Amino acid sequence: MIERIVIAGFGGQGIMFLGKLIAWAAMRENKFVSFLPAYGAEVRGGTSHCAIVISDKEIASPAFDEIDTLIAMNSPSVLKFIPKLKNGSKLFINASMVNNTPKIKGVKVRLLKFTDIASGLGNARTANMVALGAYLASKKLLSLKNILKLLPEAFKNNKKLQVLNEQAIKAGMNLIK
Amino acid sequence: MKRNQKILLSGNEAVAKSAIDAGCRFYAGYPITPQNELIGYMAKNMASSGGIFIQSESELSAISMVFGASASGVRAMTSSSSPGISLMQEEISYIAGAELPAVIVNIMRAGPGLGNIWPAQSDYFQAVKGGGQGDYHCIALAPSSVQEAYDLTLEAFVLADKYRIPAIILGDAMLGQMMEPLVANGKNYKPLAISHKPKEWAATGCFGRKPNVVKSFYLNLGDLEKFNLKLQKKYKNIKQKEQRCEALNINDARIILVAYGTMARLAKEAMLSLREKGIKAGLIRPISLWPFPQKIFQRLAISAKRLVFLVIEMSYGQMLEDVKLAVNGRRRVEFLGRSGGGIPTEEEIIKSSLSLLSS
Repeated sequence: MIERIVIAGFGGQGIMFLGKLIAWAAMRENKFVSFLPAYGAEVRGGTSHCAIVISDKEIASPAFDEIDTLIAMNSPSVLKFIPKLKNGSKLFINASMVNNTPKIKGVKVRLLKFTDIASGLGNARTANMVALGAYLASKKLLSLKNILKLLPEAFKNNKKLQVLNEQAIKAGMNLIK
Repeated sequence: MKRNQKILLSGNEAVAKSAIDAGCRFYAGYPITPQNELIGYMAKNMASSGGIFIQSESELSAISMVFGASASGVRAMTSSSSPGISLMQEEISYIAGAELPAVIVNIMRAGPGLGNIWPAQSDYFQAVKGGGQGDYHCIALAPSSVQEAYDLTLEAFVLADKYRIPAIILGDAMLGQMMEPLVANGKNYKPLAISHKPKEWAATGCFGRKPNVVKSFYLNLGDLEKFNLKLQKKYKNIKQKEQRCEALNINDARIILVAYGTMARLAKEAMLSLREKGIKAGLIRPISLWPFPQKIFQRLAISAKRLVFLVIEMSYGQMLEDVKLAVNGRRRVEFLGRSGGGIPTEEEIIKSSLSLLSS
């Protein structure tokens, strides 16, 4: 098993946080995992992205050209990473911020309103966690239980944020049923 | 923290954590991408560990402060990326000349000049041949994973103290930036109380004893030559005892891929793919770049009849020269490299290997 994920969006959408949380959960499930942030001279208003590899074998390279799963939180990310999607890959699009719906041969596209759902829960900034929920339910690689166990440490024991983010993850999971 | 518990850290943070765990109690540095997480970790954690953190006004002063701290007997470190490390070369030579231990971390970016911030391995010559003046060497260790970044930094402090020599951790931007699971107090962890053992040569105040002198200055004719001969003897000893490498599938190999650092991970993947195709491929990953692991190459160059080495680097052929010196013309040594931010891909390595074997 090898899963190569790219998460991309605007700076401020919690792209790095989501990536780290996935990597962290994979580590807790005793999988090999690497997380590589885009650390370049990123442009304000452009994309921020990170790459995660999860595997049951040692990981050769944390950087890769072919994507198994893309979580695109805004339009520029869709355009930037679509050419790298592998045959049989999954694409999660934040339909709240992306209007055009691409049809790509061999790619399972899911258009989901992550930001709208997060706003409905009370904080648009949890759109990343809604996306995480959709990913968990769709790919079934990591368990919800393990993700939830990480939240107290991730939010430094801030109960309010934990609850809010947990709700967002579950709302995301409900989108895939 | 529980023993053997995994934590998720970047390579930069792992080096910093390792230094503190190794008893490093003085760090000075100046920010530069792609090693900022290292200085950031030090800023956050050094003071609470009972040490001193200084963000210096320049790389020159950072390495000079490390000289001073080390002269007083403290385990000391600095870190930077390529252009910053170039600025430190004069003082690194002074540290080697004064026979002081120190750890210097270079998370390489691509050059020459200001270059860019993408991964590269083009500072190999500078690290292993001596970037500063005089006949000196630094021990140079090249980790290929976050775990190894931690383990080798511990080791760098031990070796630096043992031989009174500067030790360099040579990593690339990919290693610095990537996060991987790390067991910080696992099997390789020894509490390193040695750092607080008094160093009898250190300038610690001479009340009641003869003064210690730490210097790299020998004005009287003959003195410096005598000192240099002593240094050379030390280097010979290190070359004998401290060669380190990882070797995989080498005994029946017809082609051996040679790579270090993160490049070696891709080379390993390529080697395994070649094996799946039924091609007898092997891998040598130098871990100590100085001393270079010559012995294994010398042995193979004599014992293996039909063998070609393919050296793969994120440079245009720097470690290549050390492989050629070790092989000494006995076997074919070929090269594949890219630099400036480009990384040889697994596909390119496989293609290169296949074409070498058919030519």
